[in-house]
Amino acid sequence: MKAFRSVTSTAVVLDRADVDTDQIIPKQFLKRIERSGFGEFLFFDWRKAPDFELNHQRGKILIAGRNFGCGSSREHAPWALEDYGFEAIVAPSYGDIFRQNSLKIGLLPVELPPEQVRDLMDRARAGEELTVDLEVRTAGGHPFELDDFSRKCLLEGMDEIALTLRDEAAIAAYESAHA
Amino acid sequence: MGRTLFEKVWDSHVVTHDEGRPDLLYVDLHLVHEVTSPQAFEGLRLAGRKVRRPDLTVATMDHNVATGDDTPADPLSQQQLDALATNCAEFDVPLHATGSGREGIVHVIGPELGLTQPGKTIVCGDSHTSTHGAFGALAFGIGTSEVEHVLATQTLSQRKPRTLRIHFEGERAPGVTAKDLVLVAIGEIGVDGGVGHVIEYAGPAIEALSMEGRMTVCNMSIEAGARAGMIAPDETTFAYLRERGVEIDERWRDLPSDPDAVFDREVVIDVATVKPQVTWGTNPGMVASIDDVVPEPADEAAERALAYMALTPGTPIREITVDRVFIGSCTNSRIEDLRAAAAVVQGRHVHPSVRAMVVPGSACVKVQAEAEGLDQVFTAAGFEWRRAGCSMCLGMNPDVLAPGERCASTSNRNFEGRQGAGGRTHLVSPEVAAATALEGHFAVPA
Ligand code: SF4
Repeated sequence: MKAFRSVTSTAVVLDRADVDTDQIIPKQFLKRIERSGFGEFLFFDWRKAPDFELNHQRGKILIAGRNFGCGSSREHAPWALEDYGFEAIVAPSYGDIFRQNSLKIGLLPVELPPEQVRDLMDRARAGEELTVDLEVRTAGGHPFELDDFSRKCLLEGMDEIALTLRDEAAIAAYESAHA
Repeated sequence: MGRTLFEKVWDSHVVTHDEGRPDLLYVDLHLVHEVTSPQAFEGLRLAGRKVRRPDLTVATMDHNVATGDDTPADPLSQQQLDALATNCAEFDVPLHATGSGREGIVHVIGPELGLTQPGKTIVCGDSHTSTHGAFGALAFGIGTSEVEHVLATQTLSQRKPRTLRIHFEGERAPGVTAKDLVLVAIGEIGVDGGVGHVIEYAGPAIEALSMEGRMTVCNMSIEAGARAGMIAPDETTFAYLRERGVEIDERWRDLPSDPDAVFDREVVIDVATVKPQVTWGTNPGMVASIDDVVPEPADEAAERALAYMALTPGTPIREITVDRVFIGSCTNSRIEDLRAAAAVVQGRHVHPSVRAMVVPGSACVKVQAEAEGLDQVFTAAGFEWRRAGCSMCLGMNPDVLAPGERCASTSNRNFEGRQGAGGRTHLVSPEVAAATALEGHFAVPA
């Protein structure tokens, strides 16, 4: 997994609630058997509309409405966002599986109260560069919460499978107790 | 203090519990399909790892399968199906391939093969894994990185979710189905109402449901934002399992939530007033009774949804005409769904302006339906009768809506473009889908 420490950038504002993973990456692009190359298909259908937000904003931070990434379990959604160039997302809440998937690939999903997300949207629209800093857990100066374990995994770009395999004895013990 | 069903299953699967780290949970059953697994197998290969418990892993082909008898899958789909076959052979994972007779939508075959059982932890790289919770299992969808983690370690590192109980009080009116109950629940709590929670569905109206009805309810938990939905196992559960040759484990009787168990949240739904439901918008929470009208948009999201759906507020739902009807998907493609739909269309004919299709959820469901003559009922009525697969639930295969087409669908997602770019999806029960096919506009069985 890619490590994440901090990012400073202009931000893209997508002020919509319940953006689902079918919009982030439509199904016709799920047929690839690689992990890369999904960025060009990000929001494929929505990008056909000239006034769609992503068509005239640039940045490495995406600020979105509540319940971002609801719907399917496709990890292709965070893959596409990351491949497109986003390193962090800021939203009031996320679809559970999307949030988990993002953490697993080093794309930081920052959760902030709606009024603070609104503040960041305003500042981003005014062209301000924002900093999302995982070390001190702030986004545009607003402190956010992320559990210590997820933070450590992201900061170190940890291989979680290798970490779990260190618990081999415990897994084997569980298996023999439940055989 | 008593524990909930969820807590009992969780607690009995904790492999490690350390401060400052999520629990490591043991996984009893890992279901695999072709779309979310290729990159996970590739990850194993690159790291020189193997599948720890191929005996607890089962694969099937569903999303990409072409359901027309002679239609081949397109080359990219075929590549993904072939990759699954190659990966399963290389890593010793049992595979129910297309044509094997046991293939089908992953969430239909798990229960059908007797693999889905009370008290198990079940995961799959698919958000509708929540379906299996109908048996009192803890079942949830995972992403590809987690699929790789489970393949390599048979465990998953998880933070414990909160609990939400939805209590369905009272009795269903005739014509009201499991699908209507869950759509009402999603409309009530919202598409993010269950985020961070595991839902337990309880109450007399849930107990009265068959196993297949319970699966329909649990299937749509993710549409309320909950990764998992569960129902306490009871005699209905045990009878279903016995029929599939599963021996009943007496410990399963201790799984239901204790009377003094505390849930983080509780919601009560009055079932007596529930009517057949039809979604009007672009997420499953945008739903109304069939007797209602298209609502005035309450916010910008609803406005955008109505524009996409080309609907005008105030239009009676029953007056909305459809071009297509789809009966299928892991929500409503089991034998009882097909029986219910067939009973509605028996001896009648699909409206001339409608193209309608029925896609059984598995090869076994197809065989059973054909043994009962349901295929004849459907084809005589003008429905297409197809091979098992996900089909038009997501249109990753040749079954798609054309831009602008309107569809009454028994599936679970009415997202923009879900059934084909520009397609307009209305979620309904199999009974309403069947009646709508006959009338050409939304209708309940006569
Ligand atoms: S039927 Fe639809 S929801 Fe179910 S697994 Fe297939 S694509 Fe997913």
